[in-house]
Amino acid sequence: MSEHPISNIRNFSIVAHIDHGKSTLADRLIQATGGLSEREMVDQVLDSMEIERERGITIKAQTVRLEYKAKDGQTYVLNLMDTPGHVDFAYEVSRSLAACEGSLLVVDASQGVEAQTLANVYHALDANHEIVPVLNKIDLPAAEPDRIKAQIEEVIGLDASDAVPISAKTGLGIDLVLEAIVQKLPPPKGDETAPLKALLVDSWYDAYLGVVVLVRIIDGTLKKGADITMMGTGARYEVDRIGVFRPKMTDVEKLGPGEVGYITAQIKQVADTRVGDTITETRRQTPAALPGFKPAQPVVFCGLFPVDAADFEDLRAAMGKLRLNDASFSYEMESSAALGFGFRCGFLGLLHLEIIQERLEREFNLDLIATAPSVVYRIHMKTGEEIELHNPADMPDVMKIEEIHEPWIRATILTPDEYLGGILKLCQDRRGAQIDLNYVGKRAMVVYDLPLNEVVFDFYDRLKSISKGYASFDYTITDYRAGDLVKMSILVNAEPVDALSMLVHRTRAEMRGRAMCEKLKELIPQHLFQIPIQAAIGGKIIARETISALRKDVTAKCYGGDVSRKRKLLDKQKEGKKRMRQFGRVEIPQEAFIAALKMDS
Amino acid sequence: MTPMSAQLPFDAGFGVYIHWPFCASKCPYCDFNSHVRHAPVDEARYVAAFRREIAHQAELAPGRTVSTIFLGGGTPSLMRPGTVGAILDAVAANWAVAPDVEVTLEANPTSVEAARLRGYRAAGVNRVSLGVQAMNDRDLVALGRLHSAEEAMAAVKVAASVFDRYSFDLIYARPDQTPGAWAAELKEAIGHAAEHLSLYQLTIEPGTMFERLRDAGKLVVPDADAARALYETTREVCEAHGLPAYEISNHARPGAECRHNLVYWRYGEYAGVGPGAHARLATATGRLALSTELVPENWLAKVEAEGHGVTEVERLSPESQGDEFLLMGLRLVEGVDQARYEALAGRTLDPRRIDDLARERLVERTPDGKLRVTREGFPVLDAIVADLAA
Repeated sequence: MSEHPISNIRNFSIVAHIDHGKSTLADRLIQATGGLSEREMVDQVLDSMEIERERGITIKAQTVRLEYKAKDGQTYVLNLMDTPGHVDFAYEVSRSLAACEGSLLVVDASQGVEAQTLANVYHALDANHEIVPVLNKIDLPAAEPDRIKAQIEEVIGLDASDAVPISAKTGLGIDLVLEAIVQKLPPPKGDETAPLKALLVDSWYDAYLGVVVLVRIIDGTLKKGADITMMGTGARYEVDRIGVFRPKMTDVEKLGPGEVGYITAQIKQVADTRVGDTITETRRQTPAALPGFKPAQPVVFCGLFPVDAADFEDLRAAMGKLRLNDASFSYEMESSAALGFGFRCGFLGLLHLEIIQERLEREFNLDLIATAPSVVYRIHMKTGEEIELHNPADMPDVMKIEEIHEPWIRATILTPDEYLGGILKLCQDRRGAQIDLNYVGKRAMVVYDLPLNEVVFDFYDRLKSISKGYASFDYTITDYRAGDLVKMSILVNAEPVDALSMLVHRTRAEMRGRAMCEKLKELIPQHLFQIPIQAAIGGKIIARETISALRKDVTAKCYGGDVSRKRKLLDKQKEGKKRMRQFGRVEIPQEAFIAALKMDS
Repeated sequence: MTPMSAQLPFDAGFGVYIHWPFCASKCPYCDFNSHVRHAPVDEARYVAAFRREIAHQAELAPGRTVSTIFLGGGTPSLMRPGTVGAILDAVAANWAVAPDVEVTLEANPTSVEAARLRGYRAAGVNRVSLGVQAMNDRDLVALGRLHSAEEAMAAVKVAASVFDRYSFDLIYARPDQTPGAWAAELKEAIGHAAEHLSLYQLTIEPGTMFERLRDAGKLVVPDADAARALYETTREVCEAHGLPAYEISNHARPGAECRHNLVYWRYGEYAGVGPGAHARLATATGRLALSTELVPENWLAKVEAEGHGVTEVERLSPESQGDEFLLMGLRLVEGVDQARYEALAGRTLDPRRIDDLARERLVERTPDGKLRVTREGFPVLDAIVADLAA
């Protein structure tokens, strides 16, 4: 796009907490610069996936190119990069941010800075962004711009004196935002004559175009027909389409330094493209790839099983399709005595897990059972070997284990101070180590180091309930540490139930075991005999409940006219029994597993 | 297919069931096919229809010798004795009737109905079963019965004077009933009983008034433990008084069992005539399950138009026959013959399941190869059957 010199390009992202108005602001910017007519505007254009819209979150990075005639009379190209806003996608966020020179920090003028805002603003600062604070919802009666400005300065350490007051909802102050982008954010730098060096920001699968790759050109020029190489994977492609989002896909001839756009190149699946990879010309390669590239690393694992065993092949097909578009999720076949055939799946985090599960259920109409999420443990064997454990069922013989290491996170929690006591207790109960605690006005900010294993087990729900929904939470994975971890098995009538075994910290085993036994006692129907339910570590029972034998189940009257009805009832019972999972002599309805695995609600 | 001979070691006999679907009022616990009509019922028209349906079933199962007849309902004692006589004549016109045939009629113990008992005897009835249900007026009102306790005992006295064989029903496990109170009531009842008592635990059936009351929290029935205790009381008291249980809810002096009901429980052959009646007939094409139109007027119209009221004919698969055999046979204290199960179902009962149940003392094997449910097993019979049939 040679009509605009590189000095007239601005690449920026928006950093905000959920609900603070990021998407609404993006919509207003598109509207104000004439990217879409009023009629074409669907609310929150950028969050195009159904789940993204519903949850108000962004999963895939997206971009839109705006042309803005500034007050200085010049026309600027503004590339808005919408980044995923959740910690599960921290790596994707960092790559999106690496494609920009600046960020708008959007803060709700009544609610102030949240944990997520904080985490994302630090990511932006890490990416050397110039940051323009924006105070949104300034029109609401509860807005306290001065207090929030002070908070931004105090908590983040940013000068907020020039913060732009706006109302994305009403459109108030949008022109000021556009001017601030032009005036305060730096233009990109790049050498048009150097060998091509482009950042692979994101990619997705399009039913008509195949894999579409979002790129940011650092140096050189990318043209249609170019022979390109992905430096991380070594794969070669010929570029067959280049374009920009306005926000509709619009083909262009070439992209120069500082520009953001898409390419297609006969790439079969998203897994062939790696976010953060460097794209260069095959015949004139850039000497140094961009820093910071790393392959997606699943952090949380769980088993996904079809409720109806007959849906297994459908589930396999659905997973294949989803993976076309999301290379960060992995799956391999798994079989369980309790749940039949399914898949052990790896995810970037809990939200990612939820999203994938929800998409499988919604877009592919599947009923799924998810086993309790588990983190990746590193098992140090006495032989010196190190094993990554994704599934408690695969735990090696304890006698051969030297040490088990588990992932730890650093969590930042912001909360109104009246809930602080409960939150500290929660973190303490979850084996947390306090790193920092300070106050920002009436809000407390606590930083804790926590084992991820304690966080995947209902931590977020507990946090929400303790703080009545007011606390915000964010985390980054920091390191692996040795822990006194044990495998807890659940035995029903002395038979272990594989789907319910888990790795827990020794100090937490009894409480978790008791909770599981109590739950199962409610869920497993009475049998003709008494059924012990036990939680055990190795041979040692740590919790026990007993389901008493059935006391009465008999039809008082049964004569010639009742046989047919009774037989049909028996038929139904027999059908029901077929759907039950047999553990020794105990028949456990599948619903019991589903409910038992939903312990966290 | 299993050869017919294997299906028919029929010392179980051949029974004929006649359903009279009308009642003077609907009891709040009842889910039977019973109907209240305010206009008088045209009994002659019904007799004609019964005659045609009996002939139709005799065509399907010809040449049998009728060992038992049961007139049930509804309330058959609302029929005039002449109507009963005409129906019995129709049975005799279509099949041979055994000289010792048992002919039972269900009756309500009101004074009006008691007055007809002699007439029924003259018509050929030789056994009555009276729906007494409770021995005190407070519970009779709660159960929606139209008679008083005194009236009921008077009717029992009449029945005793008219018939050699009679039985009456009681319903127990009523709200707030204690084992002590029930034992006393039961002993009083046994004082009036000759040879047979049917003692039913109150069951809240779907679609009944009692179900609505219970769901609204206005009716609280004993929980599983209390109901089981009442069941034990029933067994003990009856046994002590020479009326041991021979089936879950039926007690008799040995030899005085209801032979008609034994046909059902021993999975014998029976015709079923009248609205909503069921039959099991062993025909050349296999064992058939027949059922007829439920609504009396529709049944009548159907019989008049087509010669029968049958709406459903199902040829029972070996699996279904095996299931029905267990459902019915295990209700009997005498148990079931495993060889006959194998002949009907075409498979054997899983010996491991039997072992497991026997270990829990819920079933036992008898020396002659029968399998029977123990006293501990009866309160959970339905679960045992479900286990064995799975």
